[in-house]
Amino acid sequence: MKVLVAIKRVIDPYVKIRVKSDGSGVETNNVKMSMNPFCEIAVEEAVRLKEAGVADEVIVVSAGEINCQEQLRTALALGADRAIHIEAETGLEPLTVAKALQSVMEREQPRLVLMGKQSIDTDNNQVAQMLSALTQLPQGTFASEVIIKGDAVTVTREIDGGLETLSLTLPAIISTDLRLNEPRYASLPNIMKAKKKPMEQLTVAELGVDIVRHQEVLEVMPPPERQGGVRVASVSELVDKLKNEAKVI
Amino acid sequence: MATLIIAEHNNVSLSPDTLKVVNAAMALSPSVSILVAGARCRAVADEVGKVTGVAEVLLADNAVYEHQLAESLSALIAEVAQRYTHILAPATTFGKNLLPRVAALLDVGQLSDVIQIKNADTVIRPIYAGNALAAVKSNDPIKVITIRCAAFEPAQEQAIQVASVSELDIVVANDITQFVSKQAVESERPELAAARVVVSGGRGLGNSESFALVEKLADKLGGAIGASRAAVDAGFVSNDLQVGQTGKIVAPELYIAVGISGAIQHLAGMKDSKVIVAINSDPDAPIFQIADYGLVGDLFELLPELIDSL
Repeated sequence: MKVLVAIKRVIDPYVKIRVKSDGSGVETNNVKMSMNPFCEIAVEEAVRLKEAGVADEVIVVSAGEINCQEQLRTALALGADRAIHIEAETGLEPLTVAKALQSVMEREQPRLVLMGKQSIDTDNNQVAQMLSALTQLPQGTFASEVIIKGDAVTVTREIDGGLETLSLTLPAIISTDLRLNEPRYASLPNIMKAKKKPMEQLTVAELGVDIVRHQEVLEVMPPPERQGGVRVASVSELVDKLKNEAKVI
Repeated sequence: MATLIIAEHNNVSLSPDTLKVVNAAMALSPSVSILVAGARCRAVADEVGKVTGVAEVLLADNAVYEHQLAESLSALIAEVAQRYTHILAPATTFGKNLLPRVAALLDVGQLSDVIQIKNADTVIRPIYAGNALAAVKSNDPIKVITIRCAAFEPAQEQAIQVASVSELDIVVANDITQFVSKQAVESERPELAAARVVVSGGRGLGNSESFALVEKLADKLGGAIGASRAAVDAGFVSNDLQVGQTGKIVAPELYIAVGISGAIQHLAGMKDSKVIVAINSDPDAPIFQIADYGLVGDLFELLPELIDSL
């Protein structure tokens, strides 16, 4: 079984972001970049499927500028077999990414597509669902457990207030949530080996996708700053303030 | 301008989040239509008809919609969508799962997790886990929007039903996805995302046994319990309790952070709470910079005292 994993290059989750003073966006120059944490979980799941003998090939794909090859190499070091870099400007909209992935799926015919439920930069949480709609395939979003049996995959999903289990007929699209697994670190020998693994380059145009701008970001602003309050000296003062000043208890 | 809201419900009653979406939609038009899709869910449609601002209720009551699977519901919504300029749903796991699929079927983009509707085509939404806000304009003929419910007050329900219910006979069967089961988290406490009071514990508690102090305090206040990423990673509690960038986003009236230092990942999930209390032994912990009331000291002395004094 072929597994396709879509990943994204984002500002490292442990970096404190800075909004540019001209309101045009967030500063990305000289900022540490990483693979989106939810995508790491998707890569890990695919590699585990391969180790378990369920998957026989793991292909990792990303759309973006040349430097997103760094994250593709990381995925190769974690155990993916080959990579596809879709050359595009940074900031493709989710629907365009979904259309590019649909085109990659037509070429590669994967039985399973895995990706993170959302990227931690734009926080859209859309691509997996959109890809499912375009391909008319079943979707298992926010997965915390994935079990493949024959022609179906059982997906346990994290929903508000609990869990939901679905059975999807393969091929299927799955987006990964935090509890699915704990991603490994790449070992040095595997990082060296990853340099020799194949990396195919394609353009959005070669995939037959038009880049349509559905949305414009007019301005990016820092959030309103919350003002710190007061220090209280004792539990009794705290209780008094909560009762009589804030009136919340 | 015509707005369609997708109701979230469990075939028996309407979710409070849907009421918040109705209120959010009032920025677009004085009245809205609501779609209730489910099985044997007529009661939900009648309830929706009582909500202030709802002029029309569409009811798709059929066994194929019982579990509200995105594959069926998205096709149903796409069928009726052309009559509307805006399609809204709560940015809950229900709406997040469903609406992007609708957008793709309509070949339009989606505006996710909107916290403010500026006008018919421009919204404000958080990016980078709320560490920045983006004003985004949609150029699409149909705007597909999920609403971050913590940012809006609920619409009111009236005593009598005012909106008429019209039944849709569109049936979208789906043989590629099967519902297997649903396991609700059994808890006497209110749900984290909807609670009026949230008490969260962090690494400062030291171990999972000490987390009982957080639970006791929450129970005294009738609140929900939450946790920081650090507490989840340390194994004190399961990660469905995690508040933050990658967990739940909450905005209760009172948020009490116990032994939480205040990493940006955590702050992103709770900084919109109305009143924030921080209790921490480290006077320099960043959580104090956003807390309305800060109390520095040993948790294991302060918490029992606080629990006893309530």
